[in-house]
Amino acid sequence: MLTLRDAGRRVGDRWLWRHLSFTLEPGESLGIEGPSGSGKTLLLRALVGLDRLDEGEAALDERPLEDWDLTRYRCRVLLVPQDPALEEGTVEENLRLPFTFRVRRDGHRAAKSDDFDRDRARSLLERLGADDLLDRPVRDLSAGERQRVGFVRAMLLEPRILLLDEPSAHVDPGRAEAMERMVGEWKDGGGEGEDRRAAVWISHDAGQLRRVTDRRISLAEAGP
Amino acid sequence: MSSSYSSLYLEIGWLDLALAATLLAVSLGLSLTLRLGLSKSLLVASTRMIVQLWLVGFVLEWVFTTERPVVILAMALVMAAVAGVAAVHRTRRRFAGIYWDSLLTILTVSFLITGFTVLGVLRVDPWWDPQYLIPLLGMLLGNALTGISLALDRFLEGCVDRRDRLEVRMTLGATRWEAAGGEIREALRVALIPTVNSMMVMGIVSLPGMMTGQILAGADPADAVRYQILILMMIAACVSLASFGVVSLAFLRLFSPRPRLRTERLS
Repeated sequence: MLTLRDAGRRVGDRWLWRHLSFTLEPGESLGIEGPSGSGKTLLLRALVGLDRLDEGEAALDERPLEDWDLTRYRCRVLLVPQDPALEEGTVEENLRLPFTFRVRRDGHRAAKSDDFDRDRARSLLERLGADDLLDRPVRDLSAGERQRVGFVRAMLLEPRILLLDEPSAHVDPGRAEAMERMVGEWKDGGGEGEDRRAAVWISHDAGQLRRVTDRRISLAEAGP
Repeated sequence: MSSSYSSLYLEIGWLDLALAATLLAVSLGLSLTLRLGLSKSLLVASTRMIVQLWLVGFVLEWVFTTERPVVILAMALVMAAVAGVAAVHRTRRRFAGIYWDSLLTILTVSFLITGFTVLGVLRVDPWWDPQYLIPLLGMLLGNALTGISLALDRFLEGCVDRRDRLEVRMTLGATRWEAAGGEIREALRVALIPTVNSMMVMGIVSLPGMMTGQILAGADPADAVRYQILILMMIAACVSLASFGVVSLAFLRLFSPRPRLRTERLS
């Protein structure tokens, strides 16, 4: 469903990775490995069109990224950044925010998410051990709590593809496993065949990566 | 020509000014005593001020005696261009094309509003009469310059400081307007603060330069007040439009319709 063809990303004159090609199959979990600074995050950013590729192209359902209206594309392919960059206000306001955007109000198909489901948000947070977080101002949250809020926000949006950038870096192991189970449930919640949901993971925790992914790609090998 | 004015007010000669220069010695003395390290800047600044004003006096005298609208328009263009460039000089961050955006905005807005005032409100005849055109435009440009530099500075800082938030909004499906709307509003708010503040205390804390100037020159204070009200309304409109214009142009350059924040364009 999500394809990268002969892609390359350069910082200054240095190629971080080049001639990188892969296809994320429906139902698959793909891991991205590589030492820090190898451009893992930049790869995920390129896959949601936040950065341009310096060469090659990405495509979703055979359609190049350039031809997509990115707001719609991003309803299908959702990046969960390591730092969720929450806005001032309460946790609930942050979880509500994406539902106020035009693309989701239009009753577009990537969404059962026409409406923010407060009870669901609360129960997802509780499963991650973050009870009674909804009314708290985000400035009082710890790094781990922020990350869990960012993760729950993604779960509520129900994309087809999740790009997870160290989703549990600031979360303790028990909670990290709960996250993994929730990603598994989200995947099972998708359609059949071509409509099955898929995920791309970045994790510094090699054990976690082996546990949650079917296949791994190393960026170090895709160097110049 | 100057003889026709002289009956209305006392003329200042160069010798009188030399006496007034002792006032400058006060600032200099203060800087030296307190070791503010400002003596050199003060000297350079005052010298520049004197030379620039003296030169502009010649230019104005020439412009005011010519009967050719082309010359006056050319002068207006130069003033606007200088203001456009100066507005950018005060911002900390730049992007490719920022000078053009500033020039385009300040030219369009200041000419529009000066035009409306000269043709519509004052109905000056001929419309290019430099006695009205040049000082009105000059005051607009000074304020537009501040507005544009404040607006740009705030907007660009916002885009850099809150880049993460802007990008996360976009990854959540926001259009570029939905992502950056808050930054645009904030930039406009900041740009308008000086104008709103000055109108708030106008006449109480500050007696505006133009009004006092007219009164010094022998005008009826009631007339001077009406002119001042006019110019303040022009300024408010000009600052709002100019900051909105320049921030919109900056926004269009920095946020592609895809949408994506083109941070590579910022330096």
